[in-house]
Amino acid sequence: MAFDWLFFLEVLIAGLLSGAMYSLVALGFVLIFKASGVFNFAQGAMVLLAALTFVRLVEMGAPLWLAGVSTLMVMVVLAMLVERLVLRQLVNQAPIILFMASIGLNFFIEGTAQGVWDSDVHALDLGVPDLPIDVFGMLISQFDIFAAAMVAALVVVLAVFFQKTRIGRALRAVADDHQAALSVGIPLQTIWVVVWSVAGVVALVAGLVWGSKLGVQFSISLVALKALPVLILGGFTSVPGAIIGGLIIGAGEKLAEVFIGPFVGGAIESWFPYMLAMVFLLFRPQGLFGEKIIERV
Amino acid sequence: MSETAKPLLSVNNIEVIYDHVILVLKGVSLEVPEGGVVALLGANGAGKTTTLKAISNLLHAERGEVTKGAIEFDGEQIEKLTPNALVKRGVIQVMEGRHCFEHLSVEENLLTGAYTRSGGRGAINRDLEMVYGYFPRLKERRKSLAGYTSGGEQQMTAIGRALMSRPKMILLDEPSMGLAPQLVEGIFETVKRLNTEEGVSFLLAEQNTNMALKFATYGYILENGRVVMDGDAETLGSNEDVKEFYLGLSAGGRKSYRDVKHYKRRKRWLA
Repeated sequence: MAFDWLFFLEVLIAGLLSGAMYSLVALGFVLIFKASGVFNFAQGAMVLLAALTFVRLVEMGAPLWLAGVSTLMVMVVLAMLVERLVLRQLVNQAPIILFMASIGLNFFIEGTAQGVWDSDVHALDLGVPDLPIDVFGMLISQFDIFAAAMVAALVVVLAVFFQKTRIGRALRAVADDHQAALSVGIPLQTIWVVVWSVAGVVALVAGLVWGSKLGVQFSISLVALKALPVLILGGFTSVPGAIIGGLIIGAGEKLAEVFIGPFVGGAIESWFPYMLAMVFLLFRPQGLFGEKIIERV
Repeated sequence: MSETAKPLLSVNNIEVIYDHVILVLKGVSLEVPEGGVVALLGANGAGKTTTLKAISNLLHAERGEVTKGAIEFDGEQIEKLTPNALVKRGVIQVMEGRHCFEHLSVEENLLTGAYTRSGGRGAINRDLEMVYGYFPRLKERRKSLAGYTSGGEQQMTAIGRALMSRPKMILLDEPSMGLAPQLVEGIFETVKRLNTEEGVSFLLAEQNTNMALKFATYGYILENGRVVMDGDAETLGSNEDVKEFYLGLSAGGRKSYRDVKHYKRRKRWLA
């Protein structure tokens, strides 16, 4: 039997497109980890909060753009509260303490989001149907293409923001050396608010994409778990790493499911990424693109 | 202190406590006149860095605070201001160990120094050229990541970065640390030039007493969180105790560490 290359390509592309969505969640982690040194356990809850706020506003009759802007504002207010009530109080504490605080934050946001809105499953329709279209004889989901395009646009905007603007440069400076950033007059508090807001925006985009695929419900906060193998692959401190890690995980799990799955009884899609991550931990613990450890001799 | 110049910075009997329990400075007072270069001398752990950090208020990020006394800069109380506000008013610290942003290029490092400035790109670019004028080496390395440059280049980057904020005063912490003697001399000469040509005042914490007294006009000696002696650079340089304990010279040639007198004289200061 000849190998069906067209089918392989189709699976690969579907995998890459869903991988782009994993990248999105991983991106939120990387941003916050770099700038405030917190492994933000609450990233999944932020996705839930953003998606739930958006979908409820739409259900109340707000047009999509208005719901988007309002949700954005909610995420910015959240960033300010986190800075004021959590980060500012815990300045210069050990990373594990900040991590514990983010676990608390996770429960708080999950609880508040579902308390203020509700815990039902909501359908979210962004106007792009999840229907396959025919591209050179391959069937590819229209929605996945749309989602990947959104991710790409977001990444480009973020890259320009980080590389070209004064605030972006300050963010990278803070990521490198808090103390030194403080000494040249970069206000850490402002930077933290900006970073958490940006992570909020990323969470909103992730929430919209995942929400319209899976329905907006509590379980979308668990997409954060899928970000973990992505982070291990790509490195916790690298934005390109988060993107490429996501693509590898997405493509890897689909290809594994389709081409290896049948030999081992199938259903390996859900654990394959974690296996891959474990192999990476053994051989390259800093990830593909982890921060170069600069050492001069 | 010369009587004619009014102090730009005056630190008045400050006490600093870390983590609510560790008392590090026990009443330090000093003055820096407008356009002065003042040296803050002392051994490891004497409180030099803490004094500088109390002025620039980097203490807060290390869970330290000024619990007593006052710090005045340019006629204004500053001990409650954030580092951001202080940099805007013209006091900036160059930290011990350089602390460059390793993953940013040399030029980006310099530009972060201009973060607090509201002026347009034109003024910032002019100052960039001014910094490159003082440190031509940095211009050659402008595109390399700061983490890959040499110790001397990093020290230049750190000083240049501080200059980009257009400071009235730079708090310079151990610029000589880990550098070859020749480089140290060069750095100090640039400090002196910046002082005379750009009118920047310096408060300089140093362990290299010899070098510091050569370039400073006035000096304070700290021991165990207290100022134990101060005076003009020449006066300090010719003082017998300073010579013996900090410059490694003494009238009777080399002395043994078991020398009883050494211990007694040192003890007198600590009391």
